Amino acid sequence: MHSGGVSVSAGAGGHGHARLQHHFDDLEQQREASTLGMWVFLCTEILFFGGLFTTYVIYRQRFHGVFAQASRDLNVVWGGTNTAVLICSSLTMALAIWSAQINRRKLIVMFLLITMAFGLTFLGIKTVEYKEKFEHHLVPGPHFHYVCPPGEPCHPEQAEIFFSLYFCMTGLHALHMIVGVGLLSYLLLPSWQGRYTSEWHNPLECIGLYWHFVDIVWIFLFPLLYLIGAH
Amino acid sequence: MNSSDTTSAELALDRPSYLHDGYGWKSWLLTKDHKRIAILYLISITVFFAIGGIFAMLIRLELLTPEGDLVQAATYNRLFTMHGVIMVFLFLVPSIPATLGNFLVPLMIGAKDLAFPRINLISWYIYVLAGIFILWALIHGGVDTGWTFYTPFSTHYSNGYVVSTALGVFIAGFSSILTGLNFVVTIHRMRAPGMTWFRLPLFIWSHYATSLIMILGTPVIAVTLMMVAVERALNLGLFDPRLGGDPILFQHLFWFYSHPAVYIMVLPGMGVISELIAAFTRKRVFGYTVVAFSSMGIAVLGFLVWGHHLFVTGESVYAATVFSLLSMLVAVPSAIKVFNWTATLYEGSVSYETPMLYALGFIGLFTIGGLTGVMIATLGIDLHLHDTYFIIAHFHYVMVGGTIMAYMGGLHYWWPKMTGKLYPVFASRLSALLIFVGFNLTFFPQFILGYLGMPRRYWEYPPEFQVWNVLSTAGASVLGVGYLLPLCYFLYSLFYGKQAGANPWGAKGLEWATTSPPPTFNFDYPVVVDEEAYEYAPDARAVARQEAHSA
Repeated sequence: MHSGGVSVSAGAGGHGHARLQHHFDDLEQQREASTLGMWVFLCTEILFFGGLFTTYVIYRQRFHGVFAQASRDLNVVWGGTNTAVLICSSLTMALAIWSAQINRRKLIVMFLLITMAFGLTFLGIKTVEYKEKFEHHLVPGPHFHYVCPPGEPCHPEQAEIFFSLYFCMTGLHALHMIVGVGLLSYLLLPSWQGRYTSEWHNPLECIGLYWHFVDIVWIFLFPLLYLIGAH
Repeated sequence: MNSSDTTSAELALDRPSYLHDGYGWKSWLLTKDHKRIAILYLISITVFFAIGGIFAMLIRLELLTPEGDLVQAATYNRLFTMHGVIMVFLFLVPSIPATLGNFLVPLMIGAKDLAFPRINLISWYIYVLAGIFILWALIHGGVDTGWTFYTPFSTHYSNGYVVSTALGVFIAGFSSILTGLNFVVTIHRMRAPGMTWFRLPLFIWSHYATSLIMILGTPVIAVTLMMVAVERALNLGLFDPRLGGDPILFQHLFWFYSHPAVYIMVLPGMGVISELIAAFTRKRVFGYTVVAFSSMGIAVLGFLVWGHHLFVTGESVYAATVFSLLSMLVAVPSAIKVFNWTATLYEGSVSYETPMLYALGFIGLFTIGGLTGVMIATLGIDLHLHDTYFIIAHFHYVMVGGTIMAYMGGLHYWWPKMTGKLYPVFASRLSALLIFVGFNLTFFPQFILGYLGMPRRYWEYPPEFQVWNVLSTAGASVLGVGYLLPLCYFLYSLFYGKQAGANPWGAKGLEWATTSPPPTFNFDYPVVVDEEAYEYAPDARAVARQEAHSA
């Protein structure tokens, strides 16, 4: 974590800095602690999603054909658009941190707002997709009704497992997106006030890490859910 | 272990201790001081221990007679479920880490606080919220799934408040994740100058290992219980056999956390025992490095053994064999600890203070718990003993005989540090004895019952088992008195106890180098460490013997 190269001056000169919390010796220690904390938290998150991914892998292997068949009911255009939106949001998030490194507070706010707009676009598209699934009776439960493609083996109950996983995984991911947008909005005011400078912008970095992580989860979800049916 | 030999007791006390740094409810409920948060945890887990204990007493009372007379089957199912859920998730998992660990980790490494004091406070609030969910379910009639929430019973057929209980456990998980995260970062980044990894007290090593399991295991049970909750509440089908879903998949996911959780519960206890053994033999723990690494070994191997809970549930013979061998392998690092503690006693200046009585009790009981664990890790024996009282006795020997003995021992050892007060000696020794005797009387008959074939989770049983059940219930009463006694004299000591002084045991370790109770930021001087852990002066007799030997 020494290789960050971000806050070079923070090391010894950080003592007595306004951002320094009482129980740390200097800003460098504080920065290392929170960055390590964020990475550890992301390890937790990987295992949190891991439970669902394991479940997916096992059922995908067991109901191979039906999963591919049911996957075709997902809208690849919406899913693909969302993938592009999230990749762009990762770029703007990184640019927000870069703006802090060159001490441009208005630029930070602008990039944060753009990132939030991308995040909300993603959630909006997700809502449209969920609504579509609801209208087509593809939400699992008593009203689930899956119409098998003609001429193919028909296992609506296995398709229901696919859609259960679809809603669980994308739902949990969307929840993380909502939290992420909330965290970004929390950064807006201090950024505007010029609190994040080349010397100290650790909250930006940590929330940025979280944002990238949530993006990466989607990068895995998209092919596993949307693309397995396309040959 | 501090370099400056001015013990802070001699310093002018012109600043308040952490207990007197602010009064009123706000100074406690909004505190960021790890020591005050430890006290908050101590109070709340004691409440849940009492509630879980009441359920245990009701279970033992029902089993006093072969007929189902005190309660009927439906109530009995709720009793043992609530006992398990509360004891595992609201007492055992947070017991040592959230109280003693919270209090001692910064003190032992010479830090002013944990790395994230606010997250530490949040973790307590999350814990309380989890408790409220579970109590809500309890008041409305409880849950009858067993603490394991096996599907499809929990998702489709159970008549209890599964969703709220599962959410409670889910939330409690995040409290323990945050504690683990805080410990890992603190141990990595907050050590005082000179406090190298191999100068860390073994208590810290075992908490580091525990934290790794908390971070990597807990999220898996969280997401698994979330799946159960959405399956039950929103009709999603994830484990539903009617759709082709696999209930045994739930068991795999559940035990992927819940077996390592056993090590979350017992590893901190092992850390406590290492401290007690060193302090009351006046010796460095024999084979310090190996004991430190055995904690890590247990943490890693603990993740590879979950399949031994599924020997009779539908698992391939090949998988079962591998899990059986791996389970036996965990006995190696555990045995290393037991042998090294015993070797530390050799030629030590052993004194039998109350904490040491608990420590010796731990070694005996944990050994029985561990060895019976090796027995049931073998496939053939497990087929006979699975789901019998033998299993109940085995894990109570580890969880109660191990973890709670260590917790009580640690509480007696660090109580003077936490409160600045000494407790009555005779009463405390009596309680250690009562708990040891009561525990064995409660659970040893259950080994026999299980071997004779009495299954777990039944409210009635054939009359020929009654004599062992009466013994067990009698033991539980003794055990109950043994737990009530410390509650009384600890509270008594708060008001009438003698002042403890900075280091009442004459022990090594940074926590004894500051005042009792410590100031808010733990130390009055910058801490620099230039000694190994447990650097006790060699015993005079041992020196003489060694000289005679070399002459």
